[in-house]
Amino acid sequence: MARTAVHGRLSWQVATVGAVTEETDSVRTIALDLPDWPGHRAGQHLDVRLTAEDGYSAERSYSIASADGEPVAITVERLDDGEVSPYLTRELRPGDQMEVRGPIGNWFTWGPHDGGPLLLIAGGSGVVPLRAILRHRQRSGSTVPVRLLYSSRSLADVIYREELDQWSAEVRYTLTRSQPSGWGGFSGRVDEAMLARVAWPASQRPLAFICGPTPFVEAVAELLVARHYPASRVKTERFGGA
Amino acid sequence: MALDGNAIGGLLLDIFAVEMTSAEATCAACGAVGPLAETTVYVRGPGTVVRCRRCTSVLMVMARVRGLNCVDLSGLAALEVTRSYD
Amino acid sequence: MTSPVSRGFHRRSRPAGAEAGKLPPGQHVTTDFPVLSAGPTPHTPLQEWTFSIRRGGQTLRTWTWPQFQALPAETVTVDIHCVTRWSKLDTVWRGVPVRALLDQVDHDAQYVLAFSDGGYTTNLPVKDVSGGQAWLAFDYDGQPLAPEHGGPARLLVPHLYFWKSAKWVRGLELLDQDQPGFWENYGYNNYGDPWREQRYTGD
Repeated sequence: MARTAVHGRLSWQVATVGAVTEETDSVRTIALDLPDWPGHRAGQHLDVRLTAEDGYSAERSYSIASADGEPVAITVERLDDGEVSPYLTRELRPGDQMEVRGPIGNWFTWGPHDGGPLLLIAGGSGVVPLRAILRHRQRSGSTVPVRLLYSSRSLADVIYREELDQWSAEVRYTLTRSQPSGWGGFSGRVDEAMLARVAWPASQRPLAFICGPTPFVEAVAELLVARHYPASRVKTERFGGA
Repeated sequence: MALDGNAIGGLLLDIFAVEMTSAEATCAACGAVGPLAETTVYVRGPGTVVRCRRCTSVLMVMARVRGLNCVDLSGLAALEVTRSYD
Repeated sequence: MTSPVSRGFHRRSRPAGAEAGKLPPGQHVTTDFPVLSAGPTPHTPLQEWTFSIRRGGQTLRTWTWPQFQALPAETVTVDIHCVTRWSKLDTVWRGVPVRALLDQVDHDAQYVLAFSDGGYTTNLPVKDVSGGQAWLAFDYDGQPLAPEHGGPARLLVPHLYFWKSAKWVRGLELLDQDQPGFWENYGYNNYGDPWREQRYTGD
C-alpha cells in the first residue's frame, strides 16, 4: 500500500476545481477534487500545472491550506504582475481543470508526534501552511500549546480571519501598514519586543515555523536565534513571487 | 530573489524520484550539514542554483536542457536521504 | 496522458504583430524586466570597485570607478534576449564600449572570460566584445544601474543571449583557449547566438 501511495505522489494528476472562496480582495481559496490524492501532512505543498490552448504551460507551487482528511485546498494570493495567480484568483471557475502533483516536502511539516510548544510566525500569505498546521492540530485532538503571530499589511489583508479569531487566545496579529481605530493588537514589523511577549521561552524547547517572504523569514529567524532557539528547532519556508 | 530548498521540492522529486527536501546535504567547501530545505536557492535563471546557506558556495546546479534535467552535484560532499514510511 | 487544457489560461505576454519580426526564434516580448540570478546580489562599494584586464595571472590594467567614469561613454538602445525565452525591446543603456578598455592593453588573445563579484563567469570570443557591440554598462533607462540588475556595472552584449551580459562584472581574463564559464559548464551553449537559437551545448 505504501508503494502505491509513493507512485501517486510522483506523477501529475488531473484536478477539478470545486468551490472557490474569496478570502480577501486579492486572495482566494480553491478546493480541488483529486480522486487519487494519497493524503498529506500539514505544511506540505503541491505543484500546479496549467496548460494553455497553444500548448504553453506554467507551473507554480502552493502550500496546502487544508488538513489531511479535509478536501485538498490551496490559497492563492494575486500578484498583479504575475502570470498564474491572476488566472487562479480571477478567471478560474468551479469545474475547470488543472494538473496537480503532490504532496511535496517532508521538512516543513508538523504532526502531533513532533510535539511543541509550537510557535507559528506568518508574514502575509505565509499563513497558509501554518493554518494547515493549526487545523491538523485541532482535528487530531492534540493539546500541544500553540501561538500564531501573523504579520499582515492591514486587517483587511488578514486571511482566514474568522477562523483564526476562533483561536483568539492563541493568535496575535501585527498590522504593518494601517490599523483600525482603537486597534489593540501589535503594529509594525515583528521585532524583539513583540517576540518577548509572544515567543515561548527557549527553555521550553519550542518548535518554530516561520513562513512568508524571504526578508521577513530571515529577519524573524535571526530574532528567534537571538532568543536562543536552536537553529534545528526553527523551520523556515520562504515564498517568492510568481 | 533567494528562496530555500522547499521551493524546489517538485524539481528534486523529478530528479531523484523521492522526497528530498529533508535530505541532509554536506557542503564540500565548508562542511556545513543541513537539510536541502534550508539551502539558499535561486530559481529564476537559466537553471536552478542551490547554495550553502553558511558559506554561499554552490552545492548543486540543475538546468533543463532540451527537456532533460542536467544535474551537477559536485558542490556536495555528501547527500543523505532519510527514508520515510507513511 | 496529454495535459488537459486549463480553460482561459494563456501566457502573460504575447508578441505583438509588428514586433514579432524583430524576435529571434522561440522568444516572446516582455514589458517588465525579470531579475535572474545565480547567487546573492553583491554590494561592492564604489570606492572599492575596480575593473581589471588580466592575463596569465597578471593584471595588465585596472580602472577605479572614477577612472572608469572618466572614459567616453555612449548611450545605446538595444534589444535583449534571455535564454529563458523573454526578450525586451528597445532597452536604453549607457556604457563604455569594451573595445575602449581592451584597446588600452597590448594583447593577442582570442577569448575572454568575464568574471564577476560572487564568482560568476562567462566566456566570449574577443571579436565579440571588441567590435563595437559590447559595453561595460552603468546606467539603465536613464538611471544608475540597480544592484539587482547588475549594478554598479555589468557587461552588455546584446547580440548574444543575455547570460553573456555578466552582472557585477569586475574584469576580463584574456585567454588563448576558450574556457567555458558558469552556465556554459552546466549545459548552455558556448557561444549563444539567439538568432541561430544556440541555447544549449551542441545546438
